[in-house]
Amino acid sequence: MFHNLRALLKYRQLIQAMVARELKARYRGSVLGFFWSFINPLLLLLVYTFVFSYVLPARQPNLDPYALFLFCGILPWTWFASSILESSNTLIAGGNLIKKVLFPAEVLPIVTVLANMVHFLLGLPILIGFLIYYRAPLQLSELVWFPVVVLVQLVLSLGLALIVSSLTVHFRDLKDILSNLVTFWFFATPIIYSMQDAPGLGKTFLNMNPFTHVAVSYQEILFYPGNFGHWKWLVALGVASVALFLVGYYLFDRLRDTFAEEV
Amino acid sequence: MNAIDVVNVTKTYRKYARRKQFATLKSAILSGTLVNDLNPEETFNALTGVSFSVRQGCTFGIVGRNGSGKSTALKVVAGITKPTTGTVSVQGRVSALIELGAGFHPEISGRENVFINGIMLGLSKKEITRRFDEIVEFAEIENFIDAPVKTYSSGMYMRLGFAVAIHVDPDVLLIDEVLAVGDEAFTHKCLDKFAEFRRRNKTVLLVTHSLNLVERFCDEALWLNDGRARATGDPRRVVSAYITDVEKQEERHMAEADAKAQAVVDQQSCAAESVDSRAPSPESRIPGTAREAQAVEPPPDMFQATEGRWGSREGEITNVELLGEDGAAAHVFFSGERVEIRLTLKAATPLTDFVVGIGIFNVDGVCAFGTNTNIEELKADRLEGEGRVTFAIDGLDLVAGTYKLDVGLHKLDGYSYDYHRLLYSFRVKSRTQDAGIYRPRHAWAFDGGVSFKERVAGS
Repeated sequence: MFHNLRALLKYRQLIQAMVARELKARYRGSVLGFFWSFINPLLLLLVYTFVFSYVLPARQPNLDPYALFLFCGILPWTWFASSILESSNTLIAGGNLIKKVLFPAEVLPIVTVLANMVHFLLGLPILIGFLIYYRAPLQLSELVWFPVVVLVQLVLSLGLALIVSSLTVHFRDLKDILSNLVTFWFFATPIIYSMQDAPGLGKTFLNMNPFTHVAVSYQEILFYPGNFGHWKWLVALGVASVALFLVGYYLFDRLRDTFAEEV
Repeated sequence: MNAIDVVNVTKTYRKYARRKQFATLKSAILSGTLVNDLNPEETFNALTGVSFSVRQGCTFGIVGRNGSGKSTALKVVAGITKPTTGTVSVQGRVSALIELGAGFHPEISGRENVFINGIMLGLSKKEITRRFDEIVEFAEIENFIDAPVKTYSSGMYMRLGFAVAIHVDPDVLLIDEVLAVGDEAFTHKCLDKFAEFRRRNKTVLLVTHSLNLVERFCDEALWLNDGRARATGDPRRVVSAYITDVEKQEERHMAEADAKAQAVVDQQSCAAESVDSRAPSPESRIPGTAREAQAVEPPPDMFQATEGRWGSREGEITNVELLGEDGAAAHVFFSGERVEIRLTLKAATPLTDFVVGIGIFNVDGVCAFGTNTNIEELKADRLEGEGRVTFAIDGLDLVAGTYKLDVGLHKLDGYSYDYHRLLYSFRVKSRTQDAGIYRPRHAWAFDGGVSFKERVAGS
């Protein structure tokens, strides 16, 4: 397994090329092209802001400006959710590569996660625009944590993507189960509401959700004033994510030989 | 030194993939059967105990019928699938041409696809940049290299895929039936490239149905049949053993088909007798049965008619046999061979007005030859009880192909006693791939300023 993990480093050119291909192919032929990476989250944000500010105004004074709060959670969530959903199909869609070419299969889910990460990064300028517009209380000591959160989320997503992609090959129902699960997961994560608003038992429940800590970390760094107090949780999640990645990779490695026959 | 060593490899596939095997995901994980959950009743062996080795610099061919395990063998060598038991070892960089352009993304340009495909096949970006022009030139798509691959014709797609794969410069090249891409000129170019590989002492493993190619290029060959190695060694010997076997099998198939036709004929004779002796039996009125096909009147346009049998049955053809040179019944003949067509005739009441006819048709329905006793000025005398008619053909001078036989027994004025339309088939084999229907005995002779060197090998 560790031999294979080392081999993964050799594939970075391949991964890089395939991520680029993925991004190019995605918007090839559309008029706005890469701008969709900006427009998509912006439109999503507009809808949510409209609904929760005017249609269902459950306004909490601590969540003002609400659009900014929402954006801190939705942008990373989109990356996370798309990574998982797309990775469930990635081995099957790439079946030709696995069956007909000598191809390291783990590259496919990794490329999926990384391509979505690029979309996330392309959405950051909009977030920065919002931050400047609302004069958000940013602190340098907090901002240094930002790349750490991104890294933790990356490792967590990679681990899940490896598990999901390898299991879906054998258990195709997982794809449909996941699409429902992800919707549920979204509402079980403090993205459209804040962690503080959750009742006592709900808080315990939310704490068990790994993405809670990712979302809360983004919110604390970018939205809430004051120091980044969530770092202990984040570090713990980071360690857990590395463990999950290793488990995911191990599972993927064990199932690897069956892919060529099953996809 | 051996470049490829395959030792006692067995590859087992599931037959009914995923029916029972993950009843629920949880149970699969809990019972620990997530990996290699093989149920012996639902498997089949694509390869069974296959061993072969290919020396460095050799070209090795694998032949066999469809489904004999050729491609599986190639995939096992390529490392795309793992053998269930046995070991495979390959020395050096491997490139597998199993499906051309397998990694192409339709939306992006040929140029970008060349890079990505090259990286997939194990080249670095720098190496691809260095070979890029060569690849594009080889694929002959200079003008379209910046267009998205989805706009390519299938030939262009294949050519580009082939060009990239062949420029990976592997030590071991695995080829699965892909040399036949593109037009004649491109095929020649591929073969040249292929020869260049051999010159540079690279190892090639070739899976193909083109036996010519095997005889022409391979140093050694393997014949797989139902996942087992039937023969290895000298390609000419292996190929001829394979051809002999295929012929035997075809013979068997034809015999079965004729047996079926004969069964229909027999059944109809029985029915005819019952019609003659008694009032029509109720079964013969059942629509859709074979008996219904037995019409007394011939179809209006004889040459439009498909297989069938008709006639009044006052005289009958009860058996039709094709006999080869050795006098035994056969269905596959070599072009130019002596063949006899033997008919068994029967008449309940003596007949004096009758003509026996024979027609040979090719698969397109074109009459290759047709004659009857009247055309050949034989005057009918008597047909009584049972008798045999033998139509001997000295040399079956037809080109290779499948032919169908008409046999008929009728009156001079065309009134049918018994006509069997295209009910019997036979195959003609030939070493040469000449065109047309008729293959006259012929020879070439040259003198003066015209001369030819020895035969082009294999063509």
